[in-house]
Amino acid sequence: MSHTFLEQLWIARYVIMNGLAMTVSISLLAILAGSVLGVFVGLALVYGGTVLRLVVRAYTDVIRGTPVLVLVLASYYVSAAAGVDLGPFSAGVLALAIFCSSHVGEIVRGALQAIPKGQTEAAKAIGLTFTQTFTSVLWPQAMRQCLPSWVNTAAEMVKASTLLSVIGVAELLLRTQEIISRNFMSLQFYFLAGALYFIVNYGIEQFGKYVERKTALPS
Amino acid sequence: MGYTLNFAAVWRNFDFLLSGLALSLGLAVISIVIGAVIGLFSAFALTAKNRYGLAAAQVYVTVIRNLPILVLVLFAYFALPQMGVRLDKLESFVLVLSLYSGAYLAEVFRAGLLSIPAGLTEAGLAIGLTGLQIRSSIIAPLMLRNVLPSLSSTIISLFKDTSLAAAIAVPELTFAARKINVESFRVVETWMVTSALYVATCFFIAALMRFVEGRLALPR
Repeated sequence: MSHTFLEQLWIARYVIMNGLAMTVSISLLAILAGSVLGVFVGLALVYGGTVLRLVVRAYTDVIRGTPVLVLVLASYYVSAAAGVDLGPFSAGVLALAIFCSSHVGEIVRGALQAIPKGQTEAAKAIGLTFTQTFTSVLWPQAMRQCLPSWVNTAAEMVKASTLLSVIGVAELLLRTQEIISRNFMSLQFYFLAGALYFIVNYGIEQFGKYVERKTALPS
Repeated sequence: MGYTLNFAAVWRNFDFLLSGLALSLGLAVISIVIGAVIGLFSAFALTAKNRYGLAAAQVYVTVIRNLPILVLVLFAYFALPQMGVRLDKLESFVLVLSLYSGAYLAEVFRAGLLSIPAGLTEAGLAIGLTGLQIRSSIIAPLMLRNVLPSLSSTIISLFKDTSLAAAIAVPELTFAARKINVESFRVVETWMVTSALYVATCFFIAALMRFVEGRLALPR
């Protein structure tokens, strides 16, 4: 058995790359599904009738009041107990997407409510329908508002994907734990995992800042 | 679907869940208090002119904020002993959550510090206060008032992060719930009650913070 970190790293290279690929796919899926769902949540919170608003408000408040780990565990075990065999991957992604949707919902709500009333009134005055007003007046402005917090949420999702290791999804953290159980180099390999997560999240953050600069209104 | 809810097993173990919740709250309170001190110092460093202090605080905040907390929890418990630092479960978790909350609170406090007009510092200097006196008796109290809304959402999310202590077998609420799960197989019921406990506690914290906000609001 070889005993230096580099040798162990070389042995584990594919395992780590697989884990990283899994982490990225989980995060992408959860962010995509969560954002689509979240936009509807946000719309319901702003434009829904009283009943719909109450239901969606309860949904977001309960999700936001529950730790992601509990969502992940509940999604995995409850789906199994209910007879729907989702498997750890789907159950985990579902939990993350639900978590993501509550955050995106609140972001979208905040952004839509921050747009001055005058904009809607002006659109009405020139005879736009509600759909037209929304797609060509409100949404473009709301998107710009959403961007910074949406990027934050994306980074949160990458971090939250580590929780899927608890239900046995072979993402980067679980792979790291497997490697450590073989070579006992916990210090080095946790450090490596941390560095990889840092690079991914820092990359997302910098990319977000770049897009923000690109789409900023000239002032 | 023929599933009938039966909460008997959960109620039988309810005091176990409650003691888990108490431990979760205890961990959160200790870590957030330590984190607030770290965050306050970091925020002053982030807004000060001292270049080394600024760089150190920036590195700390950026690194911690971009790492998953579960990695930090596992690192502190399993990897630190290799560096000769042996901490038990509770100590290592409190260490991690304090450092983690410190980084998040640093950003919250920094935003608050930036909203304080420079005239107040100048006024403090004019009546002969030292830098430390200005910070502790003029700037910090005003800043804390300004940041209460974002402070409360940070505190709530940190309270929820205590659930990660379950990963190193600290018997807090999530760990207690998993244990009941394994023993009774009343999975749906356990997670319903556990989520309800978390949600209720988060609502309670939010209400408490709103109360504090109301009491501390400056008369307009």
